[in-house]
Amino acid sequence: MKDFIIPVRERDMGTPARTGAPVTLKIDGVQVTVPEGTSVMRAAAEAGIAVPKLCATDSVEAFGSCRLCVVEIAGRRGTPASCTTPVAEGMEVRTGSDRVRRVRRGVMELYISDHPLDCLTCAANGDCELQDMAGMVGLRDVRYTAPEGAGLANHFTARDTSGAANLQWLPKDDSNPYFTYDPSKCIVCSRCVRACEEVQGTFALTIEGRGFDSRVSAGAAGDDFLTSDCVSCGACVQACPTATLQEKSVIEMGTPDRAVVTTCAYCGVGCSFKAEMNGDQLVRMVPYKHGKANRGHSCVKGRFAYGYAQHPDRVLSPMIRERIDEPWREVDWDTALSFAARRLRDIQARHGRKSVGVITSSRCTNEETYLVQKLARAVFGNNNTDTCARVCHSPTGYGLGQTYGTSAGTQDFDSVEETDVAIVIGANPTDGHPVFASRLKKRLRAGAKLIVIDPRRIDLVKSPHVAAAHHLPLRPGTNVAVLSAMAHVIVTEGLVDDAFIRDRCDAEAYAHYAEFISDARHSPEAVEMLTGVPAASLRDAARLYATGGNGAIYYGLGVTEHSQGSTTVMAIANLAMLTGNIGRPGVGVNPLRGQNNVQGACDMGSFPHELPGYRHVKGAEVRAIYERIWGVEIDPEPGLRIPNMLDAAVDGTFKGLYCQGEDILQSDPDTKHVAAGLAAMECVIVHDLFLNETANYAHVFLPGSTFLEKDGTFTNAERRINRVRQGIPPRTGYADWEVTQLLAGAMGADWGYTHPAQIMEEIALTTPSFAGVDYALLEEKGSVQWPVNAAAPEGTPLMHVDGFVRGRGRFMVTEYVATDERTGPRYPLLLTTGRILSQYNVGAQTRRTDNVVWHAEDVLEIHPHDAEVRGVSEGDWVKLASRSGETALRAKLTDRVSPGVVYTTFHHPDTQANVITTDHSDWATNCPEYKVTAVQVSLSNGPTEWQEDYAAQAARARRILPAAE
Amino acid sequence: MSPDKMVRMANQIAVFFSTQPDVDAADRVAAHLADYWDPRMRAQLHAHVDAGGEGLDPLVIAADARLRADQTAD
Repeated sequence: MKDFIIPVRERDMGTPARTGAPVTLKIDGVQVTVPEGTSVMRAAAEAGIAVPKLCATDSVEAFGSCRLCVVEIAGRRGTPASCTTPVAEGMEVRTGSDRVRRVRRGVMELYISDHPLDCLTCAANGDCELQDMAGMVGLRDVRYTAPEGAGLANHFTARDTSGAANLQWLPKDDSNPYFTYDPSKCIVCSRCVRACEEVQGTFALTIEGRGFDSRVSAGAAGDDFLTSDCVSCGACVQACPTATLQEKSVIEMGTPDRAVVTTCAYCGVGCSFKAEMNGDQLVRMVPYKHGKANRGHSCVKGRFAYGYAQHPDRVLSPMIRERIDEPWREVDWDTALSFAARRLRDIQARHGRKSVGVITSSRCTNEETYLVQKLARAVFGNNNTDTCARVCHSPTGYGLGQTYGTSAGTQDFDSVEETDVAIVIGANPTDGHPVFASRLKKRLRAGAKLIVIDPRRIDLVKSPHVAAAHHLPLRPGTNVAVLSAMAHVIVTEGLVDDAFIRDRCDAEAYAHYAEFISDARHSPEAVEMLTGVPAASLRDAARLYATGGNGAIYYGLGVTEHSQGSTTVMAIANLAMLTGNIGRPGVGVNPLRGQNNVQGACDMGSFPHELPGYRHVKGAEVRAIYERIWGVEIDPEPGLRIPNMLDAAVDGTFKGLYCQGEDILQSDPDTKHVAAGLAAMECVIVHDLFLNETANYAHVFLPGSTFLEKDGTFTNAERRINRVRQGIPPRTGYADWEVTQLLAGAMGADWGYTHPAQIMEEIALTTPSFAGVDYALLEEKGSVQWPVNAAAPEGTPLMHVDGFVRGRGRFMVTEYVATDERTGPRYPLLLTTGRILSQYNVGAQTRRTDNVVWHAEDVLEIHPHDAEVRGVSEGDWVKLASRSGETALRAKLTDRVSPGVVYTTFHHPDTQANVITTDHSDWATNCPEYKVTAVQVSLSNGPTEWQEDYAAQAARARRILPAAE
Repeated sequence: MSPDKMVRMANQIAVFFSTQPDVDAADRVAAHLADYWDPRMRAQLHAHVDAGGEGLDPLVIAADARLRADQTAD
């Protein structure tokens, strides 16, 4: 199979693309037609003519500061900058006249007079635009040199020729773990500052001073890059034309010589990256300009946090042990796989076919996930397969399925560019989905309005040049009440899109719904005491969403991880139908998926009741498709979901688990119950990069491969199927899909796949929504959004355009039901959990990178009032207790959380926040209620006894016997 | 699974369908249990109903009867 290998450096068109009426002009005698508003520089690039440039790059708007791109235009005076001059009909441009060449050489001579000439040993050697441009303009001579023994101002020598200290010289700032800022190499082109503003939207950088004193500066005086607001997204590094902002990996390893386009393995945004390599070493990850999810942008995780692949904790050899209190023994693959196969078959012989199961990984590829569920269904002979979507977006599947007929998110990410009002509910995109957040913030800076519904004041509520029109700080657990109140306002104030409902929705269901929601008990005033949201601002927010133009709802796990998660998703779907915000760009219902392939894992039949493509196992005709191809009979009964597996394990009817790329002991709620379930099993197989927490209870460890080491596909939150391409060979010898196939083989199956492309062929053959997907199409298009079939051969960016998948949209009655998890005298506070930008999920990957400089431990956010009555000060150790368990961590006092609400992250096993969370779950899907736990907070001296016991058990469980000679 | 947990999960399902207009709620609860609960979970429910069904929403008990009728019919 041909790999998609591209030159390391992509073509830079100089200024961003425009859309508009065609304009035709001549550049150096070449006729070219471009959209109105395009710069002369970009038009020239379209015609294949490169105009020299330094301050222009096509990721940011033109700035016109370097004057290197000057051209001559017939009939106009002087030499205008081509980057800031828009094209005009009939324009005649000369880019290489003697006059402009003279100007450029003069400009370049000045630049170089203030730049060190250490090119041969410079980290950007071979990848430096200043070097390239000096060559391109033919600079041969620099006349400005310092006289001996006298001062001459420059920025690049620590002392002048008289030996005196040069006050203009600044030392390198290497505070950021991933890149350096070397002021001596800076040409003050402002590309970094503009990238930080326009692309990332953080505004951490500025140009300080004027004229010769102008310097790039991060944060306020006294700040360095690390202490500034910089979020280390890498946009500035990418924009920098010199070695001023340079990846430390390039400084250490040299410039890469080849690149493979692949897909990030962190969050559900699914950014495309160029994995740039030197031999078999990954030098850096650079966001791919043509990636349709990220459009050339990245965050600190995807851009820099890949070092875990080489971390010494990584296990490269299979390991087994008889009992979990024994140390691990390293063995060869055959031994490990036959040990695992024998144990599983033995369990099935003694406890029945349904006594074993699998957990597929939302971090692995579609092809790998497909094989793991196939292992359960075709080899184990049961439907005991589930995936971490159980604990994140399973309510999305149920709620959107009931209302619209498919669990699919309705839009692509480009859609946000046409949104006028965005509702963000139960999501924290600047931390959880940073690249999408940057795209949203860009739209907000252009005038779109924002409504945030969240118990916590997330960054989007107020950050530089972005402010939410409304923040509704609801009490955790009252989502349904708030959304129903919004619908009440829309219906009772006559803001409904009647035509949309008449044409597109089920009339009877709407009549029921309208009657239900119009009842005064749903009014904002009636629910104010319950939700804590002021009625007036709720009314204003509802009116804004209904009347403000294109309305889009983006939501995350703050919606789904509740006992009414599925009902909340239905309430969201109702709102979009009420206002006609479905079926065109700029609108829609957009679930922000947590993990890179959580969408794909669901699509691939990971759920115990569904075969790939969301088809219930009870359907004989669907089972027949797989029975024909797999040659086995498929169980028509649903299998166990993850929480059910653990319950059944405690009950003694579930004894064996193959868990690929998941760490349920850390990520799933009620840690003690998870541990009890795992401890009760006779064969736990963990297939992972590291000895994760779950592996403390495992009997077989199969070492995994990173996304850099294998081929396959990930499907992101937009339903976009993106290729994952192998850059380096698997360090363990096998990609994960091969390991699953070997395990199936050890249990008697004969699958015979030799490349993931063949697995995708089988998926396409059996799953209608993937019917048109194959690797050749992905090579051609880069990516496609499912459904891809005869009706939509190039995929489906927007869902429900002419009608809902289920026919007519169905309004669902959404009665608010309080969760059983209530505060009381013993547990008076509500804990809600979330994540932070620099860490990812259980942290297995990010904790093994330098990202720990930003977040070395989980902390408890608590309101100063709640802290004061408990005698808690900033940084104190506090004990956090619920009816499930207790842990200790440090307190952070902040008014981001309301009084009565505390917040923490779950990235660190030392804290193990999930020992606190309970076994309550969504009524329809068993998605755990992570977001509401009644707790008490009190001062403590350090880790709890439970934490110490846990750490000791983990250390014992991770012992590895020295390899036999 | 602890009986309390099973009762809570079943009752949650019943509460949702009891709020839905114009449906046979017991049928819908039964269908939901058939679609999403593994047979051993349904067996546990049957056993709990046989033992008096303590704590169960009457709708769950009605749904349990439908489930058994459907299973016999198959």
